[in-house]
Amino acid sequence: MIYWELFSTFFKLGLFGFGGGYAIVPLMEFEISAHGWLDMADFANIVSVSQMTPGPIAINAATYIGYHAAPFGFLGALCATFGVVLPSFILIIAIANIFNKFNQHPVFQSILKGIRPVTIGLIASAVWFFATISIITLKISTAAISRWSTFWWYSFFEKIHISPGALLIAIIIFVLIQKAKIHPILAVVMSAVFGILLI
Amino acid sequence: MLRQLWEIFIAFFKIGAFTFGGGYAMLPLIEKEVTDRGWVKKEDIVDVFAISQSVPGVIAVNSSVFIGYRIGGLPTAIAAVLGVVLPSFIVILGIATILVTVKDNLYVQKAFVGIRAGVTVMIALAAYKLGKSVLINKFAYILAIGALIFVLFFDIHPIVVIIVGAILGPVYYLFFAKSKVKNQGGKS
Repeated sequence: MIYWELFSTFFKLGLFGFGGGYAIVPLMEFEISAHGWLDMADFANIVSVSQMTPGPIAINAATYIGYHAAPFGFLGALCATFGVVLPSFILIIAIANIFNKFNQHPVFQSILKGIRPVTIGLIASAVWFFATISIITLKISTAAISRWSTFWWYSFFEKIHISPGALLIAIIIFVLIQKAKIHPILAVVMSAVFGILLI
Repeated sequence: MLRQLWEIFIAFFKIGAFTFGGGYAMLPLIEKEVTDRGWVKKEDIVDVFAISQSVPGVIAVNSSVFIGYRIGGLPTAIAAVLGVVLPSFIVILGIATILVTVKDNLYVQKAFVGIRAGVTVMIALAAYKLGKSVLINKFAYILAIGALIFVLFFDIHPIVVIIVGAILGPVYYLFFAKSKVKNQGGKS
């Protein structure tokens, strides 16, 4: 039954598609073609639209695909979205309980001390990711569009183009956040406005 | 209790509504909404992100569940997830078809390039802020820079660097740090 298929497929995706951001896209591509839920043009559309809609791509895609794949669209969207969210729920609640129980244990603490700096490094990699889709553009060959990693060795030697408008926006937002202490939500809204004005 | 559930739902709804471009873009928003209200202490927010990243699942949902659960168990976890997921759900079901036609509009594209530029800065500032409390010794710096290099330049999957960090942490802090203390013990 389509509703079960949507739920279980997106449950799988929620479980295995991690590593942040677009790591899930190739996995989704595979499942979508395997089930014939969307054609590739539609899939490319939802991936790019997902950049413009609030929320993570996994949620956006689940909702969209669920809606279009099932006869009762709303129910399909519900099943898919619920499926993709459930692994997080189960695993995090399990981990949170372990966390509470073993928080004081030295081995647990030392593991955390190892994971925390790695997290900082990963967050820094997200900075690069966002920078390369706004301020800096690296010329990437079209063949690579289906891969979603952020950097290749060989693209380093391709032309690197810096968008002055985007750079200006980055500087403005930096000053606004640091000096005027504006709320992140306001920063997002202003970035959009400046985007229209300055890009 | 109901009051708190509603507060959490609204806070995460706001977070979900203004996150564009993926889970990491959520971090500055979560930090602001959650630590300012005292739901999670500033020192603990890094652990929340660290664990949310290390566990399978969408990082945005992971963080919401974690924070929600910490505040008040299962009910608040559900409120947080509902809040963070609902904006996507509504927008996609409501205007996705319009969006497909609108996404190629020049002004729409410009706005989103702007948003991405702003988000770049916001995440960078969040990373800097969190980094100050986390990168306290050379070992931490090496791990952070190593993770960054391996993920960006060598295309290593994040889970690999997380596992490496989880292994090296105990190795360093339980073996090397201890033997350092032993060696210095003789001096005093």
